[in-house]
Amino acid sequence: MIQRIVFNLIQVAVVIVFSPLVTGVLNRLKENVQSKRGPSVLQPYRDLWKLFQKDEIVSDQSSWIFRTTPYVAFVAPIFVTLLIPVLTSYPLFFAFMADMVGGGFVLALAGFFKTLAAVDTGNPYGPMGASRTRMVGFLAEPVFIIVFFTVAFVANSTIPYIVQKQWVLSPAAFVAPSHVLLLAAFIMLILAETGRIPVDNPSGHFELAMIDESKALEFSGKGAALMKWGGSMKFFVLLCIFLNVLVTPWGLASEIALGPVLLAIPLVLLKIFLFLLVLVVIESSFAKLRLFRITEFLGSAFITSVAAMIMRVFSL
Amino acid sequence: MNVLLSLNTLAGGLFLLTAFGTVATRQARGSLNLFIAQSFLLASSALLLGIEYRSEHLYGVAAVNVVAKIILIPWILRRTLHEEVYTRREIDQVMNIPSSLLAALVLTFAAFFMTGPLQQALAPQFRGTNIPVGFAVLLLGAFTLAVRREAVPLLIGLLAMENGAFFAGISLARTMPLLVELAIATDGLIVVFIAGVLIRAVHQHIGTTEIGALTRLREVSAAVEEEVA
Repeated sequence: MIQRIVFNLIQVAVVIVFSPLVTGVLNRLKENVQSKRGPSVLQPYRDLWKLFQKDEIVSDQSSWIFRTTPYVAFVAPIFVTLLIPVLTSYPLFFAFMADMVGGGFVLALAGFFKTLAAVDTGNPYGPMGASRTRMVGFLAEPVFIIVFFTVAFVANSTIPYIVQKQWVLSPAAFVAPSHVLLLAAFIMLILAETGRIPVDNPSGHFELAMIDESKALEFSGKGAALMKWGGSMKFFVLLCIFLNVLVTPWGLASEIALGPVLLAIPLVLLKIFLFLLVLVVIESSFAKLRLFRITEFLGSAFITSVAAMIMRVFSL
Repeated sequence: MNVLLSLNTLAGGLFLLTAFGTVATRQARGSLNLFIAQSFLLASSALLLGIEYRSEHLYGVAAVNVVAKIILIPWILRRTLHEEVYTRREIDQVMNIPSSLLAALVLTFAAFFMTGPLQQALAPQFRGTNIPVGFAVLLLGAFTLAVRREAVPLLIGLLAMENGAFFAGISLARTMPLLVELAIATDGLIVVFIAGVLIRAVHQHIGTTEIGALTRLREVSAAVEEEVA
């Protein structure tokens, strides 16, 4: 019991500590692909450190929403971390507190606050980015729902730990079309939700073209640091759900002991690194879509997920 | 569940996805690549079913498919219509892409429901993914024919229909003589060749292969065409 609580807290610590590293590695790899040297993989930590040292400036026109948003954005991924398998394949203490839909709700809550905060200050770019994010969000929503419920239908559960077991146990279920098509749909979702290249350019500096970034323009100092950190944690959490539950459910600790749990940390990071290589290839080989082409991108994701559902419903 | 059959089902799912791709893609090149992927999946499904049911005829189907559709048809298209296929150009479509994807989805559902009674009527070893997916791809190919306005994607739609019919066929007729196979493949090749030559002739005469623009039967002189443009 105590052990499971401790392991759960270790999971949270891993997500907090290593998420900036994942962002750093991704940025570095992207620059390397473009034959540049790129910033150090530790650059996100330095950025965070620098931002925590700086003064925070808050517009006197803004309300409490602007002030609380960084905390919500920072805490929401931590809550989700409690629910999902990051290091262990057996359920930990908080695993049954909420299912995948609940986790999605917590992440959506952070998104909701970010949107409100972007509108709050009256910076012209904020509301623009916020409304675009909502557009992407409501197009991604049906895909999310179909993916979740197909997964739940396959595994007879919406608890991520139980779903994860489903793919480990049966190789035939692993190559089933419902599973593989779901993976394709989920990759597209991750790209859309975390503002990656076919949908949004995370390294762009042009405010008019921004979707996700422009919402955080008004934050400074500690607030900006928490927003950034929260963003990379959200990315890490989505990768964990994708890799540990759906794609490669292997390599997690299966014994209730400290050793295997600690051993799982490098394995999970390795899996994430391999996936980042794939992501870099995707990001470097596509151009950013025009805003109204995003409908087509997410429409394809929707079709893919519905095809997965059809194949499952007709039990093929 | 048997892993081979499961892989065959996976090939079926991806096969369906390539058909959706032909409906959604915006480039002639992309739809050709999707067709190649689709034919590859058809061949691998034939191979997997061949291994599972120990049928050499299906190996023959797989081989004929690889040669005819993955090597020869793209080659013919490259020879006859190089500039049509390989210049990166967006293609036009009657419906916008999200709504045509939704229509495609409805067609897929219809295909799955319509083949339901057929599946019930068949002996268990003939049931499976191939029939509904093949039927769905057939319908999606027909849908591509209906909504596209550009010659090359139309041709690809036609070939996708044939692929779909084949995909359903290989699960039903496991001991089809290879001669039938070869005949169908040659037929497909000739269709592609003739269509390619025709499209090229149209392109040389009129300067475009946009079907939507070809509303008049008379030959349009250059001056009139400029006026229209």
